[in-house]
Amino acid sequence: MEDYLRYIPHTQKDVREMLEAVGVRSIEDLFGSIPKEQRLSKPLDLPGPLSEPDLIRHVQGLESPILTSFIGGGAYHHFIPAVVSHLASRSEFYTAYTPYQPEISQGTLQAIFEYQTLMCQLTGMEVSNASMYDGASSLAEAVLMAHRITGRKKILVSEAIHPEYRKVIQTYIDPEEQEVVLIPYLKKEGRTNEKALAQFLDQDVSAVIIQSPNFFGVIEDLKNIGEGVHKAGGLMIICFSEAIAYGILKPPGEMGVDIVAGEGQSLGIPLSFGGPYLGIFTTNEKFIRNMPGRLVGETVDLEGKRGFVLTLATREQHIRREKATSNICTNEGLCALMATVYLSCLGKKGLRELALMNLSKAEYAKKVASRIKGCRLTFSSPTFNEFVMEIEGDPENVLERLRREGIVGGLPLARFYPELNRHLLVTVTEMNTKEEMDRWANVLEKVLK
Amino acid sequence: MKNRRDTGLIQNEPLIFEQGSEGRRGYSLPQWDIEEVEVNRLLPSHFLRKELEGFPQLSEMDVVRHFTRLSQWNYGVDNGFYPLGSCTMKYNPKINEEVARMKGFAHIHPYQPESLVQGILKLMVELGGFLSEITGMDQATLQPAAGAHGELTGMMMIRAALQARGEKRKRVLVPDTAHGTNCSTSTVASYQVVEIKSNERGVIPPRKIEELMDEEVAGIMVTNPNTLGFFEEHLAEIAEIVHRKGGFVYCDGANLNALMGIVKLGDLGVDMVHLNLHKTFSTPHGGGGPGSGPLAVKSELAPFLPVPVIEKEGETYRFNFDRPKSIGRIKAFYGNFGVALKAYAYIFSMGAEGLKRASEVAVLNANYLMKGLKGSFNLPYDRPCMHECVFTDRYQEKHHVSTLDIAKRLIDYGFHPPTIYFPLVVKGALMMEPTETEGKEELDRFIETMTAIAKEAEENPDLLRQAPTKVKVRRLDEVRAARKPKLRWSPNT
Repeated sequence: MEDYLRYIPHTQKDVREMLEAVGVRSIEDLFGSIPKEQRLSKPLDLPGPLSEPDLIRHVQGLESPILTSFIGGGAYHHFIPAVVSHLASRSEFYTAYTPYQPEISQGTLQAIFEYQTLMCQLTGMEVSNASMYDGASSLAEAVLMAHRITGRKKILVSEAIHPEYRKVIQTYIDPEEQEVVLIPYLKKEGRTNEKALAQFLDQDVSAVIIQSPNFFGVIEDLKNIGEGVHKAGGLMIICFSEAIAYGILKPPGEMGVDIVAGEGQSLGIPLSFGGPYLGIFTTNEKFIRNMPGRLVGETVDLEGKRGFVLTLATREQHIRREKATSNICTNEGLCALMATVYLSCLGKKGLRELALMNLSKAEYAKKVASRIKGCRLTFSSPTFNEFVMEIEGDPENVLERLRREGIVGGLPLARFYPELNRHLLVTVTEMNTKEEMDRWANVLEKVLK
Repeated sequence: MKNRRDTGLIQNEPLIFEQGSEGRRGYSLPQWDIEEVEVNRLLPSHFLRKELEGFPQLSEMDVVRHFTRLSQWNYGVDNGFYPLGSCTMKYNPKINEEVARMKGFAHIHPYQPESLVQGILKLMVELGGFLSEITGMDQATLQPAAGAHGELTGMMMIRAALQARGEKRKRVLVPDTAHGTNCSTSTVASYQVVEIKSNERGVIPPRKIEELMDEEVAGIMVTNPNTLGFFEEHLAEIAEIVHRKGGFVYCDGANLNALMGIVKLGDLGVDMVHLNLHKTFSTPHGGGGPGSGPLAVKSELAPFLPVPVIEKEGETYRFNFDRPKSIGRIKAFYGNFGVALKAYAYIFSMGAEGLKRASEVAVLNANYLMKGLKGSFNLPYDRPCMHECVFTDRYQEKHHVSTLDIAKRLIDYGFHPPTIYFPLVVKGALMMEPTETEGKEELDRFIETMTAIAKEAEENPDLLRQAPTKVKVRRLDEVRAARKPKLRWSPNT
């Protein structure tokens, strides 16, 4: 019955002695400051307590089946080396608090310093923060930061960025201060319409946001992208949801970008039905003091030894209170650690090879899909590890038929883009074998016949 | 190697970028069962990067040793007592970690069709229900990723609820004992902060609220118990004043660990409360996240909850996006499910009885600590506390020893320091929250140590000023770090 006592070490004797030391007769006396009439007279209506074996049995009943999957769209099924979860399970890491006391937090601090460095290298930017909640909130914070810097109103957002990211931006901004203008995508190419974008560039533009690879998996042409924006006095923000792509893609930093905001889930973090993930946020040195979130910096101790501390905290809520650059406090520290371990394992060669494998597998899937009657690739631009295809038939029906064969065949796009109501976003990672792709294509062919 | 001089268990370790060598690998990939594309033919050259400049090249064991060594310079709850005030550093049950790693949860994609994730949706609806029951609210969203994210969600909802009434208010009342996030959240939600001075008992005086509350004020953000460790005894009266003028009462639930099964915040007139699952509900803090900050609200505010909301229709659970009054989305996917799962397991492990016991013992522990330290340290508010107590360095000042010195000396004795210099209303504050998972012996050991430190402050204050000495690095030059920020490694430095 009292199984919960495994987490509360006090014996009856302890409690008696402690009450006596405090100078009260009962535990209830300790709650004397709560008006009597406000105290609960009956127990909370909750299940339990359960023993460990009973708890396991209970939650096992709630697990989802695992099917062969071709869905991505902002969260990706990649292989996670055993090393990652083993090291992230070191309880010195995961049972620690935010590293406010640097002398006993050097492990966390050095790992975050390494994380910040890796994110700079990956995105080609000069500085990175210690992480944000996820890709969407990181991007929303980038929008707020651009507004702080430019004081301007308009945010030009490509329609091809992740639709949920767009919604989160909308929630974060104050409509009296800022407004979102959508830039359409080219219906044939699946890329952001640069000409349309150019028409909107004026003195009111705070920032332009483009995602690459975009929500359709299409790699945007970012060459010269920042020029017009900078000429108009705005900031260029690039976002991404598939970090693995930057194993081969040119980093945004090499193209004059001001802020990069992305999702780092692909870097060794499990899908977990949508979270916890990892918000990546990098920018350039001149904007450091406008950045949101925590930063770890290098310094020395009394004896001149290298060490790391949280720094530039005068931007943050616990020091600046209402004048802080953001209200973020707890971020995604352990996920940042997982990404650091992951990238340390893959290293220079591994991340590149992995990116090439994703690209190659997706190309194979595109090839087999394009041969199926009743199935057509929608966009002509190059893609990374996902692509859009149109099918002759109701997507929900087709997907249901695939499900019966144990396959989650793609993500229907109608919910996000009403004009793409017969379209699926198909994602292929290194986890999808050739055999799986062939089976997917075979079932699809049968269903569409 | 210049950074590699090991001494016993304090092993040095250079940065990951300062080791390894060209061509070394620590990874394996699935076999190439398809042909590799010629990337240069597929993509124009200006799409492609040359190489991942500076990226590490290490073997698997290099990586394992590196992070294992790093972990050994860290202090977690599993290492020892962590009396960090307002952070509720309780034990993180291991079974919860295992539950979160179960494949049918950890490997599930957020866009998995609803028919395949009924168990997960059910679990989240249940957890929302438990949190509502504990706080006396009607409905909860699990979407916010952390406490401050929950606060932001709540303040945006208040803004939306006022707008729906055709009102636009300008200010939010925040007591001087509040967490910094309350103030910055109000600003991010476009409100001006009006600070309320707490009274000589350390709580909010209703008279002040009566004075400040008008039709321009959207509401009040209170923390209960507050950061001095006191129950806001006039909260019900304050809520009435705020409601009378059409405002809302937001409660920061960071300190809920004192109240489970004792009192329901909803009964005191609170309209919404966020919970830090990584505090009260035992999920680990992760060295700075991931947390989870569900928000529970009264039914009047429910229409404004972020989308989607999970609902049960007949026997089926589904996401409902059709919520015209909603503030919108606040995260790409629905919440930090992996964290919520651990809190769910915790609530099942504890049950109603266990949660109440946890709150009772947490309060007993804090009072025991307070009593034990009272002679050696200045106690600015000398009355029984709830889950945490606040001391100061006033007795030690005359020996030119500060709160910081006391905190650093504790490290030498193998304890994590308390929260220091917070709350801001107490000069030189040492804020301690023992939580229910520490036993009497550990508290006795801590009291003994703190008493010894107080004595050292008198007799040999240098011991404190020089502390810590038994660590890998001594006190760090934070001024230098901020003046010339070096936020990343680069090959040239």
